[in-house]
Amino acid sequence: MLLIKCPWCGTRDMSEFSYHGEAHLLRPPAPAEVDDAQWGAYLFARKNPKGLHRERWMHAHGCRRWFNVLRDTRDDRIYATYRPGDSPPDVDAGDDNGENNGDNNPGNPT
Amino acid sequence: MVDFDNTDAMPTPPTPTPTSPAAARAPVDGETRLRELSCCGKINLRGDPGDENFTRAAADALGMALPLAPNTVATDARGTVLVFWLGPDEWLIHLPLNDTESQLQQLRQHLAPFHHAATEVTDYYTALELRGKHAADVLARGCPLDLHPRVFPPGACAQSRFGNASVLLYQPAQLDDGGDHDDGNANDSARFLIQVRWSFTDYVWDYLATVIDALAD
Ligand SMILES: [Zn+2]
Repeated sequence: MLLIKCPWCGTRDMSEFSYHGEAHLLRPPAPAEVDDAQWGAYLFARKNPKGLHRERWMHAHGCRRWFNVLRDTRDDRIYATYRPGDSPPDVDAGDDNGENNGDNNPGNPT
Repeated sequence: MVDFDNTDAMPTPPTPTPTSPAAARAPVDGETRLRELSCCGKINLRGDPGDENFTRAAADALGMALPLAPNTVATDARGTVLVFWLGPDEWLIHLPLNDTESQLQQLRQHLAPFHHAATEVTDYYTALELRGKHAADVLARGCPLDLHPRVFPPGACAQSRFGNASVLLYQPAQLDDGGDHDDGNANDSARFLIQVRWSFTDYVWDYLATVIDALAD
């Protein structure tokens, strides 16, 4: 069980939230101009890191707002939660930083 | 082709009956009591609290300021209107049923210049009242919130879940809709308002009634 800090409501039990995968994916602005591989990568390719992961959560049983979570997938430690549009904070989670692994998504802003 | 201007040709709509699934239920009595509160008017309001003109116009329309702090409730001077903070741009207004239509018009008039939404949701929810000795313990069996008065004091509200149902919880500073029971005991005074969607009412009621029974002395 995790405690997650909703950026608006405050710290709540994980069971109030729903998880929605990797954050900061950008839909290619001109889909017709990307090839199948790029479009497929946008739709399906995810980092799945062992380490820090920026991901989307929604406060489903609370304020029903979307926000971002910076979580270490190795130990579920949550380093930060932040609102859409805000920049993820800089965090040093030690070695094997997942944010640097497997970034094969053309739509992913660096 | 249907002639929409010919109102004579239209069937008379049925008279609205604000009766939720709990209307047929007998209140649970005992140390911890459960009943449905009589139906009040409910309006969902959306708008930008960062826009002072919006918040001022909303206050003019309501006769009271919107609560801007998370998990708080504002009430008017007479205590008949409650405004719950639901989210960073969303509020829920509880008001006497017969004032709902006029209040809705007031809001729409005052807020016309602003990006907003005022939606009547009277029939979308019903409010249950749980009170008595074990009220907080009963809720804790299905709700992950810390309901200790230090964390969730009278006057606070929160959206959370009870079992699998989304609920809005509110611990009234004072609730003038009571009067069925005379509480002489301070330990007996815990009261919670549980607002739930109509379609979840049976589920929440059965869950609460079962826990009330299990925790009875
Ligand atoms: Zn929230």
